[in-house]
Amino acid sequence: MVNLFIVIKNLTIYTLILFLSIKLLSKGFDYTAKKLSRANKHTKAAALFISAIAIFAWPFLFADYPYILRTSIIVLLYIVLALSLNFVLGFAGQLSMGHAAFYAVGAYTTALLTVNLKVSFWLAFAASAVIAGLFGLLLGIPTLRLKGDYLAITTIGFGEILRLVLINWTSFTRGPAGIPGIPSPKLFGLTINSNTGYFYLILALAVFTVFISYRLLNSRLGRGLIAVRDDEIAAEAMGINSTYLKILAFVLGAVIAGMAGSFFSTFVHYVNPDNFNYMESVVILTMVVLGGVGSIPGVILGAAVLSILPEALRDIATYRYAIYGILLVMMMIIRPQGMIGKSSFKGGVRHENTKSKKNHKSLWRAVGS
Amino acid sequence: MFMEQLSNGIALGSIYALTAIGFTMVYGIIRLINFAHGDIYMIGAFLTLTGITLLNMHLVMAFLFGMAGAALFGILIAKLAYSPIFKAPRINIFLSAIGTAIFLENFAMLIWGPETQAFPDVIQNNVYTFLGFRASTLQLVILGTTILLVTVLTYVVQYTKIGRAMRCTSQDMDAARLMGINTNRVVYITFALGSSLGAAAGALVGMYYKAVFPMMGFVPGLKAFIAAVIGGIGSIPGAMLGGIIMGVSESLGAAYISSGYRDAIAFIILIAIILIKPSGLLGKAVKEKV
Repeated sequence: MVNLFIVIKNLTIYTLILFLSIKLLSKGFDYTAKKLSRANKHTKAAALFISAIAIFAWPFLFADYPYILRTSIIVLLYIVLALSLNFVLGFAGQLSMGHAAFYAVGAYTTALLTVNLKVSFWLAFAASAVIAGLFGLLLGIPTLRLKGDYLAITTIGFGEILRLVLINWTSFTRGPAGIPGIPSPKLFGLTINSNTGYFYLILALAVFTVFISYRLLNSRLGRGLIAVRDDEIAAEAMGINSTYLKILAFVLGAVIAGMAGSFFSTFVHYVNPDNFNYMESVVILTMVVLGGVGSIPGVILGAAVLSILPEALRDIATYRYAIYGILLVMMMIIRPQGMIGKSSFKGGVRHENTKSKKNHKSLWRAVGS
Repeated sequence: MFMEQLSNGIALGSIYALTAIGFTMVYGIIRLINFAHGDIYMIGAFLTLTGITLLNMHLVMAFLFGMAGAALFGILIAKLAYSPIFKAPRINIFLSAIGTAIFLENFAMLIWGPETQAFPDVIQNNVYTFLGFRASTLQLVILGTTILLVTVLTYVVQYTKIGRAMRCTSQDMDAARLMGINTNRVVYITFALGSSLGAAAGALVGMYYKAVFPMMGFVPGLKAFIAAVIGGIGSIPGAMLGGIIMGVSESLGAAYISSGYRDAIAFIILIAIILIKPSGLLGKAVKEKV
């Protein structure tokens, strides 16, 4: 019983801290977004240039701190994963909760190809992307009939089935023991096995993902996807092939998650089914929601915050997931549009009212009546 | 072998049915997939265990204690996590529910510890054979409790004033409010009833498998949802039927196909049902209005 009081006391303290920090951070982000949207082109370009140089020089700045470098690699990995889920959730408006499955497919494809067949990493990387994409297609088909909650549960089911297959098909995947000894990638005769090398590898993937996200957002396909998300029936009436677009979003998300999985397996040299459980999907989902569904800077920020948070919370590791849960609930109550919502950049900051229905409208439609 | 698995499946199925009814009731009223329901089931099992071991209660008392405690948890969840965003889009409530589920699992871990706890032998377990049908005392207790609880629930929903209010609210919340029904109260009572049924299922599972642990609610929570979908979400007899179908097919599947894929069977049934008859066996199809 003493235990009960300590737990409740601690949780109350953490909840208060969380509440205040969400409030403060959201004020800060709104302010920055307002400033940024009013800044002129040159200031923006300069800011972008400086941050690009900082990121590029990052491994040299922290070359003596492998812990920081490894954490940054994990941050970039989660940025890629969160952005890949953003294709499905943010662009197409489909609530997929089995995203870790695609990540798993990518990781296992690379692991099996490089360890069993001694295929080079780059070939395995491409194969991971293709096979994860095929799985995305497989999962994209039921989404034609499902919406919202049903889709969420089906995707959870898909993730769980895949995990069970990985555990039970021992002759192929070695079951719960996992696959050790995945080799490092080689590039022009050089083996990438330092943290710096991995950093640039995942940085390239992250830049590629961000690039695709922006290109898609402003392309014909992206506009179509957003139309489908906002109102599927109206979009179809306008002649948009919503089926094709939704499947496209799934496949794209799956391909990029598969690439991230491929990178993960070569980075840690070991895969095991427990790396890809339901919690992993929830963590990726939380990143997207925390940052702001559909907002690319938001998703990047959410992924960064939530992958650094576990490291920062190391001292209170037992409370970590409890805090995660509270964070998710509080975000939904206090700031449902995420840290950097889509509206933050469109000059709508001044009139923003989180309680109004306007902010939710797109998501409201997306998940069905 | 077949008969043994069948009685096992019926016992398991009645537990799924109890969980699924709580699920389907909440869905019927506020159209929310209560992700935390599986964790309420876990909380019920832990509270019953605490009642027996720490507070030295009689089994029946501990059982009622677990149900009442879980009902309280249900009301608190509805009050703190769902009601502030009641009018928000459903994805928000859905994520809030996931957050609540994660929180409850870890809350239980913090209080009762992460390891599996043994449930004491509270019922003398004998095996009876009747016309080739084998059943143990525990299985009969589970079946009996389920029938009793479902009868009480049916009485409450069909013949009492609050039951009528619940049925009205599930048909149309705004119209019910216009007719003078206190819909907030109906929502809380539904959460309390559903949660106490879930807790009863959790306590029965604890007794049946003699093990209680913080993550025990996750998979049954999903399976309860599947059972509710099979029967037609929102329909109480449907949830009963769905639960029994799930329990039996899972037991038989585990025995004749592979026990490793036990949990996958449920999801395969779900995907099949959703693709063939999305409204469920006893559900009504609803057309989307523009």
